[in-house]
Amino acid sequence: MQTVQFAAKFEFLDEIRDYVGNIARESGFGNKDVYNIQLATDEAASNIIEHAYENRSDGVLELSCGVQEDTIKIILTDHGEPFDPSEIPLPDLKADLSDRKIGGLGIFLMRKLMDEVHYESSADKSNTLTMIKRKR
Amino acid sequence: MEITVQEFKHCDMIKVKGRVDSATAPQLAQALEAANDGGKYKLVVDMSELEYMSSAGFRALLGAQRNSRRYNRGEVVLASVPDRIREALELAGFTELFKTFDDPLSAVGHF
Repeated sequence: MQTVQFAAKFEFLDEIRDYVGNIARESGFGNKDVYNIQLATDEAASNIIEHAYENRSDGVLELSCGVQEDTIKIILTDHGEPFDPSEIPLPDLKADLSDRKIGGLGIFLMRKLMDEVHYESSADKSNTLTMIKRKR
Repeated sequence: MEITVQEFKHCDMIKVKGRVDSATAPQLAQALEAANDGGKYKLVVDMSELEYMSSAGFRALLGAQRNSRRYNRGEVVLASVPDRIREALELAGFTELFKTFDDPLSAVGHF
């Protein structure tokens, strides 16, 4: 499991995607899976950047990524405001244009693209989001 | 990410090249808003050179679609949607909100 740190800024999403994408590709995930792993990680990181450090410019995002056998595990850790994705209602995919809500889309995609998504907020003010995907 | 706008007789074409994520989606939103503000509500988004789009991009498209379709004055259609992006749009339930065309000129011809 390798860990890197990024400043919690949207400008680093490119590098964050490259980081997980390279590990996924080198471990034998196909192109479609690599894209989806990158997208899920992007959505997760974007939520953290947007919500965890809302009023701060010095937030840090830790990203761990590793593959064991046929499973990739991605862990994002932040030390900002707790943000529990399970508290966000799922978007209504059947709503028509005027009723369609924008919120919750990122989390919805994460859950659809990855096999498992777990969120934990610990007492020492660190929040951990773990995502897992198995090779088919 | 690069955005270019081309005006046609009955619509404007906004070509998005590169990657749209939370960092670059505001530029896309801005280009779409500028078209609407200029009275252009019939828009083709050319995705032939789009490599990647996250929900931030979907949101920008949704906002533009709402605005464009208000009062029946127009709509946003998508052209040359890459497979990966089409799959994500389907997952997000967005494919029913936008007409899609295989190539930009067919999309322009639709208007």
